[in-house]
Amino acid sequence: MKEFLISILQNEILVYALMAFVPLLWIVPFALFAVWWERKISAHMQDRLGPMRTGGWHGWAQTIADILKLMQKEDIVPAAADKKLFVLAPFVVFVGSYAAYAVIPFSAAYVGSEINIGLFYLIAISSLVVIGLLMAGWASNNKWSLFGAMRSAAQVVSYEIPIALALLAVVMIVGSFDLQEINRAQSGPIWNWFVFQKFPFLFIATMLYFVASLAEVNRTPFDIPEAESELVAGYHTEYSGMKFALLFLAEYANMFVVSIIGATIFFGGWNSPFGEFMSGPIWGVFWFISKGMMFVFVQIWLRWTLPRLRVDQLMYVGWKVLIPFSFVNIIGVGFWVMMGR
Amino acid sequence: MEEALTQHEESTHGLVESGRPLTIPGFGRPLKSEEMVVNMGPQHPSTHGVLRLELIVDGEVVVEVIPHIGYLHRCFEKHAEHMVNYQQVIPYCDRMDYIASMNNDLGYAVACEKLLNIKVPERVEYIRVIMAELQRIASHMLAIGTYGMDIGAFTPFLYCFRDRERILDIFEQTCGARLLYNYIWIGGLSHDVPLNFVEKVKDFCRYYRPNIKELNDLLSYNKIFIERTANVGVLPADVAINYGASGPVLRGSGVKWDLRKNDTYSIYDSFDFEIPTGTGIMGTVGDCWDRYMVRVHEMEQSLNIIEQAVDKIPAGDVQSAVPKRIRPEASEVYVRTETPKGELGYYIIADGTTSPYRVKVRPPTFVNLSILPAISRGAMIADVIAILGSIDIVLGEVDR
Repeated sequence: MKEFLISILQNEILVYALMAFVPLLWIVPFALFAVWWERKISAHMQDRLGPMRTGGWHGWAQTIADILKLMQKEDIVPAAADKKLFVLAPFVVFVGSYAAYAVIPFSAAYVGSEINIGLFYLIAISSLVVIGLLMAGWASNNKWSLFGAMRSAAQVVSYEIPIALALLAVVMIVGSFDLQEINRAQSGPIWNWFVFQKFPFLFIATMLYFVASLAEVNRTPFDIPEAESELVAGYHTEYSGMKFALLFLAEYANMFVVSIIGATIFFGGWNSPFGEFMSGPIWGVFWFISKGMMFVFVQIWLRWTLPRLRVDQLMYVGWKVLIPFSFVNIIGVGFWVMMGR
Repeated sequence: MEEALTQHEESTHGLVESGRPLTIPGFGRPLKSEEMVVNMGPQHPSTHGVLRLELIVDGEVVVEVIPHIGYLHRCFEKHAEHMVNYQQVIPYCDRMDYIASMNNDLGYAVACEKLLNIKVPERVEYIRVIMAELQRIASHMLAIGTYGMDIGAFTPFLYCFRDRERILDIFEQTCGARLLYNYIWIGGLSHDVPLNFVEKVKDFCRYYRPNIKELNDLLSYNKIFIERTANVGVLPADVAINYGASGPVLRGSGVKWDLRKNDTYSIYDSFDFEIPTGTGIMGTVGDCWDRYMVRVHEMEQSLNIIEQAVDKIPAGDVQSAVPKRIRPEASEVYVRTETPKGELGYYIIADGTTSPYRVKVRPPTFVNLSILPAISRGAMIADVIAILGSIDIVLGEVDR
């Protein structure tokens, strides 16, 4: 892809700038769609209709109208806030989730940067988000925001360990951190996907990853940092207008990131579920996004079904359930890999 | 309240001054930790109205809770004195516990009838019981739905509202109002029920029974919900009695006390129903889950009462002969009835004029709310929300 563009445009810097821009073409429409989608799904689960008017067909333009409204709003910075950090925080949060898109292989032919430590980079860069959340909570100079920030720091830090360990199981089998390599290792029929391989270890790893990823993106039952009924809105209590929109956008971008990491590592990434049928770079994008959207749907579904855990229970689940299980799982996979040699 | 305030003063002084020193190896002087004061409300999604809680927290652990009430004070008791006549008090009663207006009116009407020493027709009694029990179900639906929302489950809330709508439709058909009915009058009712009333009520009972199971599957027996509510905010029976708790809060602690049976009024003694109490099957007797579950079981029992009553409504008039200007002899009366929230008492002093000399209300949620500081100490912030939700307060009644 990169070589192709360079050969057309004859300018390497322009190509890099262009490729850095590509994920934005996906994130913004996705966030607009996902917010609308979540509202419609939740509405239909709850015997309501959700947005029905804006734009005509089932209120499809509702989120576009919302974002236009947010853009026009006054940009308020509370008087007692730490102005620099307050302004910077939404950008740090967004950069954290945006940077993750650099290594995500949308298809066999397109990946922003095909580095051989792609997975490692993903795990590392997604931690950047928590710094932004802490900044937002601290700079707001609001006790509720601070609670939200402290909770999310504790949560993200503890849940990154089971995530990394669950993903490591696959790395041990493939022997590479390269996401394209991991995708290629799953090509062929559907049972080549890692979720069905080395049963039950990788299936458990998938479950561990999924549960931990919910905590990573602050979704129910782990939406403790922004627990509506306790902390009002958590770290973004004081945010309004475009800054709020940016935090919101980052949240949905993050939802998609953890979904597609799950899809890439365990569900074959851009591989077609029918083997050779409907495969190829273009179909690859289709399958990849479909799988990601499926996980996004499950996240939304859970959010409107389950209650919320308490902070100490969240820590309990993270440290005393998920992490021991991930270690046992790693050892199991390790034995399997050793015996295969 | 006084006691709670003085206690708080002592405790904060003691804690802040001593400050728990933390020593870290290799770090010379000890680190000090301090409590933080957090204001929860009056604008907060989970304080169920304009209640302000002053939380003194040590990290996420609550050291002390001080409720501040009075944001919705509307001088109910003053209004009832000499400003209005006996009948005109009823709309004010509606606005106390606005989630369960029928029950408030019933209590006031029963008190005034005792003052006047009149007996209402049989038909009125039956309709009153049906209305009161429908209202009890509606009130518990709201309590349960919002409780789910406090714990973080949004969907049960809307399911409860969907079902509550059916009850409100029946009320609307009967008296034109959906929230503040002014339907139960002294000596009778404002209107007779509409023609298809019996059919409508039966329809509702048939419709709602399976939905209780749906609610249990979705919320009551959800693992996370149980984790959040069982063993949280345990209220022992003796503490509950000492504080004067009543209603589901008292019954959740395992005390079988329901005024419909223990100090019966209207025609409740002619129906067959159970008094559900907290059993502690998920944790300890008197925890939040028990208080919640008592409400779910009470809805089933109310359906039983309605089903028994609706078939036996006798024909007749819905107004007994009450003069336009009620002028009771100088006397006083205390009548207590069981509203969805607990024991609602009216203490009325009549001085021989057309308005009451004094109407004192013993509101159940005001008394129940006084328990909050006692059972919230040492809990997490999220638990305070859970405990407050399980007490099921209505600020209109707490503040009056």
